[in-house]
Amino acid sequence: MAVVEYKVPQSLEEAVAMLSSGDQATKVLAGGTDLIIQAKAQNTDPLVVVDIKKINTMMGASIDGSGLTLGPSMPCAEFTAREDIKAVFPGLVEAAYLIGSTQVQGRCSVGGNLCNASPAADTIPALICNGAQCVIVGPNGERTVAAEDFVTGVAQNCMQQGELLKSIQIPQPAAKTSDAYLRFIPRTEMDIAVAGAGVSITLDDAGVCTAARVCIGAVAVTALLVPAAADALIGSTIDDAALQAAAEAASAASKPITDRRGTAEFRRHVVGVLTKRAAKIAADRAKEK
Amino acid sequence: MSEAKEYKYIGQRSIRPDGYDKVTGRAAYGADMSLPGMVWGKILRSPHAHANIKSIDTSRAEALQGVLAVATFADFPAQKGASKDLATNILANDKALYHGHAIVGLAATTADIAERALELIDVVYEVLTPVMDIRDAIKADAPLIDEKLMTVGLAEAPTSASNVAARQEFKKGDVEAGFAEADVIVEREYYTPTIHQGYIEPHACTVSYDEAGQSMIWCCTQGHFDVRAQTAGILGMSLSKLKVIASEIGGGFGGKTTIYLEPVALVLSRKAGRPVKMVMNRDEVLKATGPGSASRNWIKVGAKKDGTITAMQAKLYYEAGAFKDSPMMMGCMTAFTPYDVDNMYLEGYDVLVNKPKVAAYRAPGAPQAEYAAEMAVSELANKLGIDQIDLRIQNAAKEGTQTVYGPKLKAVGLVECLEAVKNSPQYKAPLKAGQGRGVASGFWFNIGGQSSVVLNMTPDGTGILVEGSPDIGGSRASMQLMVAEEMGMEPALFRPIIGDTENLAFSQGTGGSRTTFATGMACIEAAQDVIRQLKERAAAVWNVTPDQVEWAEGVAINTAGDDKLTCAQICKGAERTGGQISGRGNINARGAGPSFAVHLCDVEVDKETGKVDVLRYTAAQDAGKAIHPSYVEGQLQGGAVQGIGWALNEEYVYNEDGLLQNTGFLDYRIPLASDLPMIDAIIIEVPNSFHPFGVRGVGESGIIPPLAACGMAVSEAIDIQIVDLPCSPPNVLKVIQENS
Repeated sequence: MAVVEYKVPQSLEEAVAMLSSGDQATKVLAGGTDLIIQAKAQNTDPLVVVDIKKINTMMGASIDGSGLTLGPSMPCAEFTAREDIKAVFPGLVEAAYLIGSTQVQGRCSVGGNLCNASPAADTIPALICNGAQCVIVGPNGERTVAAEDFVTGVAQNCMQQGELLKSIQIPQPAAKTSDAYLRFIPRTEMDIAVAGAGVSITLDDAGVCTAARVCIGAVAVTALLVPAAADALIGSTIDDAALQAAAEAASAASKPITDRRGTAEFRRHVVGVLTKRAAKIAADRAKEK
Repeated sequence: MSEAKEYKYIGQRSIRPDGYDKVTGRAAYGADMSLPGMVWGKILRSPHAHANIKSIDTSRAEALQGVLAVATFADFPAQKGASKDLATNILANDKALYHGHAIVGLAATTADIAERALELIDVVYEVLTPVMDIRDAIKADAPLIDEKLMTVGLAEAPTSASNVAARQEFKKGDVEAGFAEADVIVEREYYTPTIHQGYIEPHACTVSYDEAGQSMIWCCTQGHFDVRAQTAGILGMSLSKLKVIASEIGGGFGGKTTIYLEPVALVLSRKAGRPVKMVMNRDEVLKATGPGSASRNWIKVGAKKDGTITAMQAKLYYEAGAFKDSPMMMGCMTAFTPYDVDNMYLEGYDVLVNKPKVAAYRAPGAPQAEYAAEMAVSELANKLGIDQIDLRIQNAAKEGTQTVYGPKLKAVGLVECLEAVKNSPQYKAPLKAGQGRGVASGFWFNIGGQSSVVLNMTPDGTGILVEGSPDIGGSRASMQLMVAEEMGMEPALFRPIIGDTENLAFSQGTGGSRTTFATGMACIEAAQDVIRQLKERAAAVWNVTPDQVEWAEGVAINTAGDDKLTCAQICKGAERTGGQISGRGNINARGAGPSFAVHLCDVEVDKETGKVDVLRYTAAQDAGKAIHPSYVEGQLQGGAVQGIGWALNEEYVYNEDGLLQNTGFLDYRIPLASDLPMIDAIIIEVPNSFHPFGVRGVGESGIIPPLAACGMAVSEAIDIQIVDLPCSPPNVLKVIQENS
């Protein structure tokens, strides 16, 4: 990689200006845990990088009665240490914790994971199942996109030249709501999801599921929201039959490929197992609330 | 040897002499050498698994500013025999034989320019059908990898070429008669995949060619004298005109007993007139260096109801990669050696496929064959209703057992290992539902061979111990302890170093678990040589004969009077008694003692995903005498971990065009620390009578039992017999689904 220029904007306006101008390829640098590896591997043309970590709002997170506002570049090590966030979104925090090694955790971020748009990204199903909204700022002002619409393909997102992910917002969940994210890897860490499933579940006082969102990862070009799996859970007490139906719906919705990390058949089966297990964990957590 | 002897220094867990450099980052590895004027070498590799090379045009690359030299196979002098295969593996001749096969070497002033220049080399390939599996390779109409290859070892000389390079057989007794006596028979075919040694440090070298004087190679290797011989052989150089320095080494496991870069780097250095440095990346290491053979092994074993095994038979097929010489013969020689059974018959086949030329990997050839044999024996035990360990004890090889390959065994520790595992806390702990347990034995010969050592005493009475065996597993600490024991002096007084090829006479590389045994014996001889000289000097001072001088606890004692002289005193006065003192031990060590290992593995299988968790693991192995117990335990644990990786997740994944898909440690999955329980190591000590302290090599046997111990544990956990490795989640899930 030949980085020809390293720019450090102090404000969102400055960042947008830097990203909008110039003839050379310009990339946003947050933690760099994907960008640097990709640039090295691809032997890319000369690159301008815009390091957005000096912009305060990119780096912190706040959670209150209205929900979570997350600075997209906040390092996962800081994010996962936040007990207040974990209390509300344990599944999302678990997903963020799965990215990379301990060293990488100090640099990588939820926003980076989202923008990188890998089909196997761990935080994306967890964001989608929690109804996350992506606030994008650009030369023409701000716009907000649902997480499930943000990623458009393998390593592709909906942002145009000059746009920047400004924040990720997750509305405060209803009472007795919780989430869980599970991924499958052949080892215990340092690996990339063969399949993943994020589930958010809301229960009523009788333990009946009144709302659910199920999102599966690494089994299609983008993470998939699976309404059929959610429907299988809604109205049930998250009993075995409902879980099995959700698993089958998730497997049916998946469109996996065979590659060095797993066969299509294996992924299709395992994403169902993960959906079932994640739903159970989310429901157990919701009961505790 | 009978009584266990009391030792003063050996058996201590001393701090390794190389430890400080390694933990502080000062230690210099293969890629750490730079020379003035040095330039960078890179390799263009084949994008095809099997292709004729129609033409190579380097003119556009050579025209790039900064490019100084290119090298192709045509730059090597004419080759013969094994050297020809080695040279053709290092740079392809008229055919690209596997994905990643080196085609052209190139040197430029920077690594970036060299990388860009590779893209300007024009190679015209005629792509051929790749042969990627033994079953395909042995078919009569299979595409031929080497059109001239005639199978060696057939009863009748073949009339046409084949991908089968050789057949061998080993026999004792009469297996047909043995099977006729059997009440229970197990017969299956097993598969083991292509795997890599997985050393962390990629291959690297820095070389400087000197047409008039002495050329130099700095590299990471298990044997720098072997690098000298192999490189000089390929380039037609005199051995004395090539100096090889072994850097510190970040793992080898057999894979650094051969060469890949060095002759290319020397050719480039000669042409460029500059020193050349070459460092592989991980992609190159996995694509083009030493994998271990995949194998398809058919086994048949039979026993009487009382547990007496009556016959054992095997037909073993090993992949050699693109050039002949898989370790198939080692497979034949080891498969059934843990058993004292009268009737055995083994056939082995060496099969070419379009994969990299296999290299040695820790007990080369043994894990594949012994996996198959041990799986069959455990299944036999289950069918007989006999405990897996008891059946092995009942039929265990012991002192006097006739091996299928020739000699009778001397004293060995197999029964002791089996009993130790049977008495281990793990074996006594019951399993829960859904868990499984496997036991397996492993046998490896170990070797001796040539080692040269010099012990140079300094005028202050400390010693520099110069040995020629690169230290992979803590051997410098062992050498230091053995010299200290022999001299009767503190270990810290002796500094062990690895000399380069001009400091010492020829020494074989570190491999075959030979270093602590053979180089250790050479160290002891060098120490004895020093003691002899110290006694002579003391005798001269006291005006007595040397036989009137005794040596004890590092002190010369005059038995004709009350005089004493310490080693330091004698060395300080050496100037006046005949000059400085230096001992030598140049030996060809015989009598390496085999090391048996027995492992116990408990697993749990997630039946919905096929994922295997290793819950608990015990490894027992015969060390003869553990010179440095921590490093012996390290070898037992390291072998177990590599074998567990082989059993569970490691495998080369090729696509339908024969292109390797998993060329990094992300997708070539060696086990992580968090994947494993503590490996409980049990050291058994049945002394080897050929070594002064009873040492047996311990480096290799530990990788043999894990394959079957894990495979059997998984089989028991899912209640279905596993035959194919690895027991990766997709494979295990498939087995579960197909049997439900």
